Amino acid sequence: MSPSRKILWAPNPSFLEAGKSTIKVLADGRFSVWHRKGVTMSWMGPREDAENAFKVRLSLRTALGDKAYAWDTNEEYLFKAMVAFSMRRVPNREGTEISHVLLCNVTQRVSFWFVVTDPSRNHTLPAVEVQSAIRMNRNRINNAFFLNDQTLEFLRIPATLAPPTDPSVPIWIIIFGVIFCIVIVATMLLILSGIRQHRRKNKGPSEMEDTEDKWENTVKIENGIPCDPLDMKGGHVNDAFVTEDERLTPL
Amino acid sequence: MDEARPLWATPLQFVFACISYAVGLGNVWRFPYLCQMYGGGSFLVPYIIMLTVEGMPLLYLELAVGQRMRQGSIGAWRTINPYLSGVGVASVVVSFFLSMYYNVINAWAFWYLFHSFQDPLPWSVCPLNGNRTGYDEECEKASSTQYFWYRKTLNISPSIQESGAVQWEPALCLILAWLLVYLCILRGTESTGKVVYFTALLPYCVLIVYLVRGLTLHGATNGLAYMFTPKSGIPTRGSPALSLLAFQMEQLANPKAWINAATQIFFSLGLGFGSLIAFASYNEPSNNCQKHAVIVSIINSSTSIFASVVTFSIYGFKATFNYESCLNKVILLLTNSFDLEDGFLTVSNLEEVKSYLASAYPSKYSEVFPQIKNCSLESELETAVQGTGLAFIVYTEAIKNMEVSQLWSVLYFFMLLMLGIGSMLGNTAAILTPLTDSKVISSYLPKEAISGLVCLVSCAIGLVFTMEAGNYWFDIFNDYAATLPLLLIVLVEAAAVCYLYGLRRFESDLKAMTGHALNWYWKAMWGGVSPLLIISLFVFYLSDYIITGTLQYQAWDASQGQLVTKDYPPYALAIIGLLVASSTMCIPLGALGTFIVRRLKRRDTASVA
Repeated sequence: MSPSRKILWAPNPSFLEAGKSTIKVLADGRFSVWHRKGVTMSWMGPREDAENAFKVRLSLRTALGDKAYAWDTNEEYLFKAMVAFSMRRVPNREGTEISHVLLCNVTQRVSFWFVVTDPSRNHTLPAVEVQSAIRMNRNRINNAFFLNDQTLEFLRIPATLAPPTDPSVPIWIIIFGVIFCIVIVATMLLILSGIRQHRRKNKGPSEMEDTEDKWENTVKIENGIPCDPLDMKGGHVNDAFVTEDERLTPL
Repeated sequence: MDEARPLWATPLQFVFACISYAVGLGNVWRFPYLCQMYGGGSFLVPYIIMLTVEGMPLLYLELAVGQRMRQGSIGAWRTINPYLSGVGVASVVVSFFLSMYYNVINAWAFWYLFHSFQDPLPWSVCPLNGNRTGYDEECEKASSTQYFWYRKTLNISPSIQESGAVQWEPALCLILAWLLVYLCILRGTESTGKVVYFTALLPYCVLIVYLVRGLTLHGATNGLAYMFTPKSGIPTRGSPALSLLAFQMEQLANPKAWINAATQIFFSLGLGFGSLIAFASYNEPSNNCQKHAVIVSIINSSTSIFASVVTFSIYGFKATFNYESCLNKVILLLTNSFDLEDGFLTVSNLEEVKSYLASAYPSKYSEVFPQIKNCSLESELETAVQGTGLAFIVYTEAIKNMEVSQLWSVLYFFMLLMLGIGSMLGNTAAILTPLTDSKVISSYLPKEAISGLVCLVSCAIGLVFTMEAGNYWFDIFNDYAATLPLLLIVLVEAAAVCYLYGLRRFESDLKAMTGHALNWYWKAMWGGVSPLLIISLFVFYLSDYIITGTLQYQAWDASQGQLVTKDYPPYALAIIGLLVASSTMCIPLGALGTFIVRRLKRRDTASVA
């Protein structure tokens, strides 16, 4: 970056004590920031630009563990490319180039600040535009770096969280319906078999009476003589012995 | 009687029925809490002593009475002494209250079981708020498991006065729970006898699986160690083993430990409800109920201890997980505030780096300091919970962090269901056996219709517990419907058998029935020790209620995302009084009723002659 074009911004007072950068306050109220590591230069410019800058924080080791890649200038280039890509999808900003995206103050964390300038490189694009552009393309940006919303954070740009998938019929009702039907069917079966058993028991005594009548109709014969002397069918009735009236002794 | 009394197909069915009734949710969610409160290992001493002195004798007494009288609780006590028919009625009333609210727990278990077939589990993630930029506020303040319990399951109102409407989802689950219970008790001992094989054995299978899984979880040993170590700040002079021993000795001298041990044994065995009498009445008269009483009580207590080992390993896992998440949050906060390299701060160097940062950047550190939470494993472990909170909040929180959490969730809630249904079988048997024994009722209606009516009425009244304030009413029933009345009922039972009926007469009855002589130990316990214990428990509870004055309850405050304590309104206090009175008053009223009926009969016969 040519030293003549230094845009200034001092977004975070914590820089004053981070120990990695020094800030000098100039007479006209502007600040200058030098980064000790010398990775990127800071700029000097109007203070309003501070609101259009966003801090980005990556947690590579948390996300990828051993497979974490090192954050170098090539990765920064990719980041600038993704931001430029996001801006190009905004209706009025199709002309955004990678060189319009400026990164600053990369720390070991890995975290840095970025702004997007307009083609004339005099002003930075308003924060609202950048916010909406990043939000729309967050998924693409995350995937480019194998990260997710938690490990690639854009401070002040809240991510739209994915809603949980709601099936049209809640799953629990399906399972409830299945078990409910099984229980009802089993109950009906038991009740019906119980009713059948009742009926069989009720028929049982009446069937017993029928068979007893049949036995009475067949005459028992032993030794050729009918057993029941009072049976009218065989033999004559001796009136001398059959007197119904005198069976019981009177009172 | 026209038909012979239905019998258990084998004595094993009877033992399983008693086990599945006695081993219930209290073993899983009350005993571990007590164990932790009163010093872990040292709580076992009063527990085992109370088991032998109070639990086994009273259990044997109830089984013997049921087996001898061969009738449900009302008929049995009427036979012992006609003035005691009120005792049986009181048992039936208490069982009725219990079955009304107990089945709601099964409904909740069904609800969670049906919701376990989703990925991710619905209580593991918070729902999004309106504009999808963050999570729901109530869920952020509480945790996702608490949110799912209080908001999605109960839809709880802020206080008991605001009843709200009946929630149709828990109401459906309640209807299903009652249908399942009806299916199991439909045919009496014929169907119950087969169901108890499952309800008695399956929970053990699940507990064993959970034991293996629990002990292999990361951080389980922390929970197990916590169970056996001192809680309060005892100055550890000398060796830690000595201070541990000193603490455990001190707990033995604490009367609360003994009282809670006695209470736990008493309610865990389910004495006084009439269920044990009902089950024993379906026994062969020659059944050796002494052996069965000893077996059932030992199995019940061992299950409690076994379940608490499982619970504490799960506690340890959950506490360690939360502790590590808390530490990770602190690490992230410091890494972000000081722009340190990602991965530089770890758990091991956290303290040194913190002190370095405090000295190197004091003003910045003091800005960040209020947000740094003090993560402590002890405070995570100390969140001891009992009751529905343990089962539906703490366990689900542990389950959601396990691998293949759907499987563990299904297993766990299936076990809860089996335990709950097993206890419900006993409760409904206590209500139905006296009803089916009564010739008046059973001549009009068949057994299936009586069971159906009882289930229908209980279900209809139980819908009260599915309203928005339903959980508060549930707590009222849980705390007050059964505690005092049962103590009184069992006291009267023991005194009646020993002194009204006569211990000698009962002893000779048992000898004629079973063929074994009665051991002196049982006589000593029934006559003296157990009634004295119950009297002291009764006095303690009564004085406790009187001393505390107004009764309070825990209400869920949605805006803060936590429980707050509130006073019961007067009408709730009136209902509590009514609950206790309606069952205890049955005893004197029954005696009075019999007395009046006898006087009238005597006057009638006198006037005739």
